Amino acid sequence: MSDPKIDGFELKPGFRGMASDTGSDQTMFKGVHWGKAMMWIFLLSDTFVFSCFLISYMKGRGSTPAEWPNPSEVFALDAFGVPVPLLLIALMTFVLITSSGTMALAVKYGYEKNRKMCGWLVLATAVGGLTFVGMQAYEWSKLIHEGVRPWENPFGAAQFGSFFFMITGFHGFHVSIGVIFLFIYAYKVFAGHYENGGKRGWFTTMKGDYVEIEILGLYWHFVDLVWVFIFAFFYLW
Amino acid sequence: MENTDQINEKDKKTEASTHKIGIYLWIWGLLFVLSFFSYMVDWYQFQGMLRWSLILFFMFAKAGLIMAFFMHLFWERYALVNVLLWPMTAIACFIFLMAAEFQYTLFTRMFYFFVGGAA
Repeated sequence: MSDPKIDGFELKPGFRGMASDTGSDQTMFKGVHWGKAMMWIFLLSDTFVFSCFLISYMKGRGSTPAEWPNPSEVFALDAFGVPVPLLLIALMTFVLITSSGTMALAVKYGYEKNRKMCGWLVLATAVGGLTFVGMQAYEWSKLIHEGVRPWENPFGAAQFGSFFFMITGFHGFHVSIGVIFLFIYAYKVFAGHYENGGKRGWFTTMKGDYVEIEILGLYWHFVDLVWVFIFAFFYLW
Repeated sequence: MENTDQINEKDKKTEASTHKIGIYLWIWGLLFVLSFFSYMVDWYQFQGMLRWSLILFFMFAKAGLIMAFFMHLFWERYALVNVLLWPMTAIACFIFLMAAEFQYTLFTRMFYFFVGGAA
Protein backbone atom coordinates (compact mmCIF):
# COMPACT_ATOMS: atom_id res chain seq x y z
CA MET A 1 0.00 0.00 0.00
CA SER A 2 2.90 2.37 0.64
CA ASP A 3 5.91 2.98 -1.60
CA PRO A 4 4.71 1.16 -4.71
CA LYS A 5 7.40 0.26 -7.22
CA ILE A 6 6.87 0.16 -10.95
CA ASP A 7 9.56 -1.07 -13.31
CA GLY A 8 11.21 1.64 -15.38
CA PHE A 9 9.20 4.38 -13.72
CA GLU A 10 10.30 6.83 -11.08
CA LEU A 11 7.59 7.69 -8.57
CA LYS A 12 8.03 11.10 -7.00
CA PRO A 13 6.79 11.77 -3.46
CA GLY A 14 4.32 14.39 -2.22
CA PHE A 15 2.47 16.95 -4.34
CA ARG A 16 5.04 16.70 -7.13
CA GLY A 17 4.20 13.01 -7.25
CA MET A 18 0.51 13.82 -7.32
CA ALA A 19 1.01 16.07 -10.32
CA SER A 20 3.02 13.49 -12.24
CA ASP A 21 0.68 10.60 -11.26
CA THR A 22 -2.36 12.55 -12.38
CA GLY A 23 -0.73 13.52 -15.65
CA SER A 24 0.75 10.12 -16.40
CA ASP A 25 -0.34 7.42 -18.83
CA GLN A 26 -2.78 4.60 -18.11
CA THR A 27 -2.92 4.52 -14.31
CA MET A 28 -3.49 7.51 -12.08
CA PHE A 29 -3.51 5.67 -8.74
CA LYS A 30 -0.05 4.10 -8.80
CA GLY A 31 0.26 0.88 -6.83
CA VAL A 32 -3.43 0.89 -5.86
CA HIS A 33 -5.43 -2.20 -6.78
CA TRP A 34 -8.31 -1.24 -9.11
CA GLY A 35 -10.80 -2.79 -6.69
CA LYS A 36 -9.50 -0.58 -3.92
CA ALA A 37 -9.78 2.54 -6.06
CA MET A 38 -13.35 1.59 -6.99
CA MET A 39 -14.25 0.98 -3.35
CA TRP A 40 -12.86 4.41 -2.45
CA ILE A 41 -14.91 6.06 -5.20
CA PHE A 42 -18.02 4.21 -4.00
CA LEU A 43 -17.32 5.36 -0.45
CA LEU A 44 -16.91 8.92 -1.69
CA SER A 45 -20.38 8.81 -3.28
CA ASP A 46 -21.76 7.20 -0.12
CA THR A 47 -20.25 10.07 1.87
CA PHE A 48 -22.36 12.44 -0.18
CA VAL A 49 -25.51 10.41 0.49
CA PHE A 50 -24.94 10.40 4.24
CA SER A 51 -23.97 14.09 4.15
CA CYS A 52 -27.27 14.90 2.46
CA PHE A 53 -29.13 13.04 5.21
CA LEU A 54 -27.25 14.78 7.99
CA ILE A 55 -27.55 18.20 6.33
CA SER A 56 -31.31 17.76 5.86
CA TYR A 57 -31.46 16.77 9.53
CA MET A 58 -29.59 19.97 10.42
CA LYS A 59 -32.03 21.99 8.34
CA GLY A 60 -35.07 20.23 9.78
CA ARG A 61 -33.94 20.57 13.36
CA GLY A 62 -32.82 24.17 12.91
CA SER A 63 -35.95 25.40 11.18
CA THR A 64 -38.63 24.01 13.48
CA PRO A 65 -40.07 26.34 16.13
CA ALA A 66 -41.14 23.28 18.19
CA GLU A 67 -38.96 21.94 21.01
CA TRP A 68 -36.52 19.25 19.77
CA PRO A 69 -36.63 16.03 21.87
CA ASN A 70 -33.67 15.80 24.27
CA PRO A 71 -31.66 12.83 22.94
CA SER A 72 -30.01 12.04 26.26
CA GLU A 73 -33.49 11.49 27.76
CA VAL A 74 -35.09 9.81 24.74
CA PHE A 75 -32.22 7.32 24.41
CA ALA A 76 -31.76 6.73 28.15
CA LEU A 77 -31.81 3.12 29.31
CA ASP A 78 -32.61 1.76 32.75
CA ALA A 79 -29.64 -0.04 34.31
CA PHE A 80 -30.54 -1.59 37.69
CA GLY A 81 -33.51 0.73 37.98
CA VAL A 82 -31.52 3.91 37.32
CA PRO A 83 -31.94 5.72 33.97
CA VAL A 84 -28.49 6.12 32.37
CA PRO A 85 -28.37 8.63 29.49
CA LEU A 86 -27.37 7.23 26.08
CA LEU A 87 -26.22 3.92 27.62
CA LEU A 88 -27.21 1.74 24.68
CA ILE A 89 -25.77 4.21 22.14
CA ALA A 90 -22.47 4.32 24.02
CA LEU A 91 -22.32 0.51 24.05
CA MET A 92 -23.11 0.43 20.31
CA THR A 93 -20.27 2.91 19.70
CA PHE A 94 -17.80 0.76 21.62
CA VAL A 95 -18.94 -2.42 19.86
CA LEU A 96 -18.48 -0.78 16.46
CA ILE A 97 -15.02 0.57 17.34
CA THR A 98 -14.00 -2.86 18.61
CA SER A 99 -15.09 -4.45 15.34
CA SER A 100 -13.23 -1.74 13.42
CA GLY A 101 -10.06 -2.60 15.34
CA THR A 102 -10.37 -6.34 14.65
CA MET A 103 -10.92 -5.52 10.96
CA ALA A 104 -7.76 -3.40 10.83
CA LEU A 105 -5.79 -6.29 12.35
CA ALA A 106 -7.43 -8.75 9.92
CA VAL A 107 -6.13 -6.66 7.00
CA LYS A 108 -2.64 -6.65 8.51
CA TYR A 109 -2.59 -10.43 9.09
CA GLY A 110 -4.05 -10.98 5.62
CA TYR A 111 -1.12 -9.20 4.01
CA GLU A 112 1.21 -11.27 6.18
CA LYS A 113 -0.51 -14.38 4.73
CA ASN A 114 -1.52 -15.49 8.23
CA ARG A 115 -4.68 -17.32 7.14
CA LYS A 116 -5.94 -18.45 10.57
CA MET A 117 -5.51 -15.10 12.34
CA CYS A 118 -7.01 -13.22 9.41
CA GLY A 119 -10.02 -15.55 9.28
CA TRP A 120 -10.73 -15.41 13.00
CA LEU A 121 -10.42 -11.62 13.04
CA VAL A 122 -12.81 -11.22 10.08
CA LEU A 123 -15.22 -13.55 11.89
CA ALA A 124 -14.87 -11.51 15.10
CA THR A 125 -15.63 -8.37 13.08
CA ALA A 126 -18.75 -10.02 11.67
CA VAL A 127 -19.92 -10.99 15.16
CA GLY A 128 -19.31 -7.41 16.37
CA GLY A 129 -21.36 -6.06 13.46
CA LEU A 130 -24.15 -8.53 14.20
CA THR A 131 -24.18 -7.41 17.85
CA PHE A 132 -24.46 -3.81 16.68
CA VAL A 133 -27.42 -4.59 14.39
CA GLY A 134 -29.09 -6.52 17.22
CA MET A 135 -28.72 -3.59 19.60
CA GLN A 136 -30.08 -1.25 16.96
CA ALA A 137 -33.11 -3.50 16.42
CA TYR A 138 -33.70 -3.37 20.18
CA GLU A 139 -33.41 0.43 20.16
CA TRP A 140 -35.87 0.74 17.27
CA SER A 141 -38.45 -1.56 18.84
CA LYS A 142 -38.14 0.28 22.17
CA LEU A 143 -38.76 3.66 20.53
CA ILE A 144 -41.59 2.34 18.35
CA HIS A 145 -43.15 0.89 21.50
CA GLU A 146 -42.88 4.33 23.15
CA GLY A 147 -44.84 5.81 20.26
CA VAL A 148 -42.10 7.29 18.06
CA ARG A 149 -43.30 7.38 14.44
CA PRO A 150 -41.88 9.11 11.35
CA TRP A 151 -44.74 11.60 11.57
CA GLU A 152 -45.12 12.10 15.35
CA ASN A 153 -43.59 11.34 18.73
CA PRO A 154 -44.48 12.04 22.35
CA PHE A 155 -41.23 13.92 23.11
CA GLY A 156 -41.33 17.04 20.93
CA ALA A 157 -40.85 18.16 17.32
CA ALA A 158 -42.62 15.79 14.91
CA GLN A 159 -39.66 15.74 12.49
CA PHE A 160 -37.53 13.85 15.00
CA GLY A 161 -38.90 10.41 14.07
CA SER A 162 -38.45 10.69 10.33
CA PHE A 163 -34.83 11.81 10.65
CA PHE A 164 -34.11 9.16 13.26
CA PHE A 165 -35.51 6.26 11.25
CA MET A 166 -34.03 7.49 7.97
CA ILE A 167 -30.49 8.13 9.20
CA THR A 168 -30.01 5.23 11.61
CA GLY A 169 -31.95 2.94 9.27
CA PHE A 170 -29.72 3.69 6.31
CA HIS A 171 -26.64 3.24 8.48
CA GLY A 172 -28.01 -0.01 9.92
CA PHE A 173 -28.66 -1.23 6.38
CA HIS A 174 -24.99 -0.57 5.55
CA VAL A 175 -23.92 -2.50 8.66
CA SER A 176 -26.20 -5.42 7.74
CA ILE A 177 -24.79 -5.65 4.21
CA GLY A 178 -21.29 -5.43 5.71
CA VAL A 179 -22.04 -8.30 8.13
CA ILE A 180 -23.23 -10.53 5.28
CA PHE A 181 -20.03 -9.86 3.33
CA LEU A 182 -17.87 -10.30 6.44
CA PHE A 183 -19.30 -13.80 6.95
CA ILE A 184 -18.76 -14.65 3.27
CA TYR A 185 -15.17 -13.38 3.36
CA ALA A 186 -14.44 -15.13 6.67
CA TYR A 187 -15.44 -18.34 4.88
CA LYS A 188 -13.30 -17.44 1.87
CA VAL A 189 -10.25 -16.76 4.03
CA PHE A 190 -10.64 -20.00 6.02
CA ALA A 191 -11.26 -21.98 2.83
CA GLY A 192 -7.93 -20.68 1.50
CA HIS A 193 -9.26 -18.77 -1.51
CA TYR A 194 -6.37 -16.33 -1.22
CA GLU A 195 -3.62 -18.93 -0.72
CA ASN A 196 -1.25 -20.39 -3.32
CA GLY A 197 -1.90 -17.81 -6.01
CA GLY A 198 -5.59 -17.53 -5.18
CA LYS A 199 -8.81 -19.22 -6.23
CA ARG A 200 -11.15 -17.84 -8.87
CA GLY A 201 -14.01 -15.73 -7.43
CA TRP A 202 -17.62 -15.39 -8.62
CA PHE A 203 -18.37 -13.69 -11.93
CA THR A 204 -14.70 -13.26 -12.65
CA THR A 205 -11.76 -15.08 -14.12
CA MET A 206 -9.39 -13.25 -11.78
CA LYS A 207 -7.70 -14.98 -8.88
CA GLY A 208 -8.40 -14.02 -5.29
CA ASP A 209 -5.89 -12.04 -3.24
CA TYR A 210 -5.69 -10.73 0.32
CA VAL A 211 -6.16 -7.22 -1.09
CA GLU A 212 -9.87 -8.14 -1.08
CA ILE A 213 -9.73 -8.15 2.72
CA GLU A 214 -8.36 -4.62 2.65
CA ILE A 215 -11.18 -3.55 0.29
CA LEU A 216 -13.74 -5.13 2.62
CA GLY A 217 -11.96 -3.39 5.51
CA LEU A 218 -12.31 -0.01 3.80
CA TYR A 219 -16.07 -0.52 3.64
CA TRP A 220 -16.25 -1.61 7.26
CA HIS A 221 -14.16 1.31 8.54
CA PHE A 222 -16.39 3.63 6.53
CA VAL A 223 -19.45 2.26 8.36
CA ASP A 224 -17.67 3.03 11.63
CA LEU A 225 -16.71 6.48 10.32
CA VAL A 226 -20.33 7.33 9.49
CA TRP A 227 -21.36 6.22 12.97
CA VAL A 228 -18.86 8.70 14.45
CA PHE A 229 -20.74 11.51 12.69
CA ILE A 230 -24.21 10.17 13.52
CA PHE A 231 -23.20 9.75 17.17
CA ALA A 232 -21.92 13.33 17.30
CA PHE A 233 -24.73 15.07 15.45
CA PHE A 234 -27.79 13.00 16.20
CA TYR A 235 -27.20 11.63 19.69
CA LEU A 236 -24.90 14.16 21.36
CA TRP A 237 -25.77 17.52 19.77
CA MET B 1 22.28 -11.48 -10.33
CA GLU B 2 19.14 -10.23 -12.02
CA ASN B 3 17.20 -13.05 -10.43
CA THR B 4 18.22 -12.26 -6.84
CA ASP B 5 17.41 -8.61 -7.43
CA GLN B 6 13.90 -9.57 -8.39
CA ILE B 7 13.47 -11.72 -5.29
CA ASN B 8 14.69 -8.89 -3.04
CA GLU B 9 12.28 -6.54 -4.75
CA LYS B 10 9.44 -8.95 -4.07
CA ASP B 11 10.38 -9.32 -0.39
CA LYS B 12 10.51 -5.57 0.02
CA LYS B 13 7.06 -5.26 -1.49
CA THR B 14 5.40 -7.64 0.97
CA GLU B 15 7.20 -5.95 3.84
CA ALA B 16 6.06 -2.51 2.74
CA SER B 17 2.41 -3.53 2.74
CA THR B 18 2.14 -4.34 6.45
CA HIS B 19 2.74 -2.13 9.45
CA LYS B 20 3.72 -2.93 13.00
CA ILE B 21 0.86 -4.18 15.15
CA GLY B 22 1.64 -1.49 17.74
CA ILE B 23 0.35 1.33 15.55
CA TYR B 24 -3.05 -0.37 15.15
CA LEU B 25 -3.34 -1.07 18.87
CA TRP B 26 -2.43 2.53 19.70
CA ILE B 27 -5.06 3.92 17.32
CA TRP B 28 -7.59 1.42 18.64
CA GLY B 29 -6.91 2.51 22.23
CA LEU B 30 -7.08 6.20 21.27
CA LEU B 31 -10.45 5.65 19.59
CA PHE B 32 -11.77 4.06 22.78
CA VAL B 33 -10.48 6.94 24.91
CA LEU B 34 -11.90 9.59 22.55
CA SER B 35 -15.29 7.82 22.42
CA PHE B 36 -15.29 7.65 26.21
CA PHE B 37 -14.60 11.39 26.42
CA SER B 38 -17.32 12.23 23.90
CA TYR B 39 -19.74 10.16 25.98
CA MET B 40 -18.59 12.10 29.06
CA VAL B 41 -19.64 15.33 27.30
CA ASP B 42 -23.21 14.06 27.58
CA TRP B 43 -22.74 12.48 31.01
CA TYR B 44 -21.71 15.78 32.62
CA GLN B 45 -24.33 17.66 30.56
CA PHE B 46 -22.01 20.38 29.27
CA GLN B 47 -24.11 22.96 27.41
CA GLY B 48 -23.69 25.67 24.80
CA MET B 49 -20.47 26.41 22.93
CA LEU B 50 -18.40 24.17 25.23
CA ARG B 51 -20.59 21.16 24.40
CA TRP B 52 -20.60 21.80 20.65
CA SER B 53 -16.89 22.47 20.38
CA LEU B 54 -16.03 19.35 22.43
CA ILE B 55 -18.37 17.18 20.33
CA LEU B 56 -16.83 18.49 17.10
CA PHE B 57 -13.28 18.11 18.40
CA PHE B 58 -13.73 14.47 19.44
CA MET B 59 -15.66 13.71 16.24
CA PHE B 60 -12.96 15.07 13.93
CA ALA B 61 -10.18 13.45 15.98
CA LYS B 62 -11.86 10.03 15.71
CA ALA B 63 -12.71 10.45 12.03
CA GLY B 64 -9.15 11.54 11.28
CA LEU B 65 -7.59 8.59 13.09
CA ILE B 66 -9.88 6.07 11.38
CA MET B 67 -9.22 7.50 7.92
CA ALA B 68 -5.49 8.05 8.34
CA PHE B 69 -4.52 4.74 9.92
CA PHE B 70 -7.34 2.17 9.73
CA MET B 71 -8.13 3.15 6.15
CA HIS B 72 -4.41 3.65 5.40
CA LEU B 73 -4.77 7.12 3.87
CA PHE B 74 -1.69 8.27 5.78
CA TRP B 75 0.38 5.86 3.71
CA GLU B 76 -1.32 6.37 0.35
CA ARG B 77 0.03 8.52 -2.47
CA TYR B 78 -1.29 12.09 -2.68
CA ALA B 79 -3.04 11.37 -6.00
CA LEU B 80 -5.58 9.20 -4.14
CA VAL B 81 -5.71 11.23 -0.92
CA ASN B 82 -6.49 14.49 -2.72
CA VAL B 83 -9.12 12.94 -4.98
CA LEU B 84 -10.90 11.77 -1.83
CA LEU B 85 -10.53 14.83 0.39
CA TRP B 86 -11.13 17.81 -1.93
CA PRO B 87 -14.78 16.89 -2.68
CA MET B 88 -15.42 17.38 1.05
CA THR B 89 -15.19 21.15 0.46
CA ALA B 90 -18.41 20.84 -1.59
CA ILE B 91 -20.09 19.31 1.47
CA ALA B 92 -18.77 22.15 3.64
CA CYS B 93 -20.28 24.69 1.19
CA PHE B 94 -23.60 22.81 1.28
CA ILE B 95 -23.60 22.94 5.09
CA PHE B 96 -23.11 26.73 5.06
CA LEU B 97 -25.84 27.20 2.43
CA MET B 98 -28.33 25.12 4.38
CA ALA B 99 -27.38 26.77 7.68
CA ALA B 100 -28.31 30.12 6.14
CA GLU B 101 -31.48 28.55 4.76
CA PHE B 102 -32.71 27.09 8.08
CA GLN B 103 -32.23 30.41 9.83
CA TYR B 104 -34.35 32.09 7.20
CA THR B 105 -37.01 29.33 7.39
CA LEU B 106 -37.13 29.62 11.17
CA PHE B 107 -37.44 33.38 10.90
CA THR B 108 -40.36 33.22 8.44
CA ARG B 109 -42.10 30.53 10.51
CA MET B 110 -41.78 32.59 13.67
CA PHE B 111 -43.00 35.64 11.78
CA TYR B 112 -46.13 34.01 10.33
CA PHE B 113 -46.99 31.66 13.20
CA PHE B 114 -46.56 34.05 16.09
CA VAL B 115 -46.58 37.60 14.72
CA GLY B 116 -49.28 36.76 12.18
CA GLY B 117 -47.61 37.96 9.00
CA ALA B 118 -48.54 41.48 8.05
CA ALA B 119 -46.29 43.93 9.83
